[in-house]
Amino acid sequence: MTGKTVTRVQLSEAVYQEMGLSRNESADLVELVLSEIGKSLVGGETVKISSFGSFYVREKGQRIGRNPKTGEEVPILPRRVLVFRPSHVLKDRINGVSIDSASTDGSSAAADS
Amino acid sequence: MVKSELIARLAELNPHLYQRDIERIVATIFEEISAALARRDRVELRGFGAFSVKRRAARTARNPRTGAAVQVKAKHVPFFKTGKELRLALNAETPAGNAS
Repeated sequence: MTGKTVTRVQLSEAVYQEMGLSRNESADLVELVLSEIGKSLVGGETVKISSFGSFYVREKGQRIGRNPKTGEEVPILPRRVLVFRPSHVLKDRINGVSIDSASTDGSSAAADS
Repeated sequence: MVKSELIARLAELNPHLYQRDIERIVATIFEEISAALARRDRVELRGFGAFSVKRRAARTARNPRTGAAVQVKAKHVPFFKTGKELRLALNAETPAGNAS
C-alpha cells in the first residue's frame, strides 16, 4: 500500500514510454531537468512550475541554537534553505478533490487563495 | 524561472529535439511526480530532494475575522525535503550577508 518510492528510474521510464527516445537519453533528460532547476535555485532564482508548485530560496539569519544532548548554546550560522510551496492543484489532487466536485466547505477553505 | 523558461533552456541544450518534445518531457516528469504523490507514494530524487505526503490531523481553527470556530478536516499535504547535494550547493557560495 503506502511505502512505495518513486525514483529517477520511474521518471526516466515514463519519459521513455511517452517519447520513444532511448532509455539512456530519457534518463539524461530527467537528470538535466533536475539539474537545471537546481542551478536556477542555487543562483537564487525562484522556480515556478504551474499546477505543481514553486521552489524558492529563503535566507535564514543567524540564531542561537542549542545542542539538545549537552544543552550547550551554539550559533547557527546564516544559511540558505530551499522551500517548496505546492500549488492548489497538487494539494487538491492529493486530497482527491476534483475540480468540479468542490464541496460546500471545501470551496470556502480555498476561497482566499 | 517559470516552466516555459525552463523548457526554453532545455531546448537550447538539446537542439536535436523539438521544443514541443521538451514540453512533453517536462510535463511527463511533473505528472509522474504528482501522480505518485496522489497515491501518497514518496518520490526520492537523490541529490535534489524528496517529495512525500504528510497527514494533517483534523483541528478546530478560527475564522480570524469573526472569531468563529471552524472544523478543519484531516488532510494530506505534499512536503519537500531538500537533498543533501542541493542543500550544500545552496550554501557553497559566499552568503549574501558578505559585503559585496
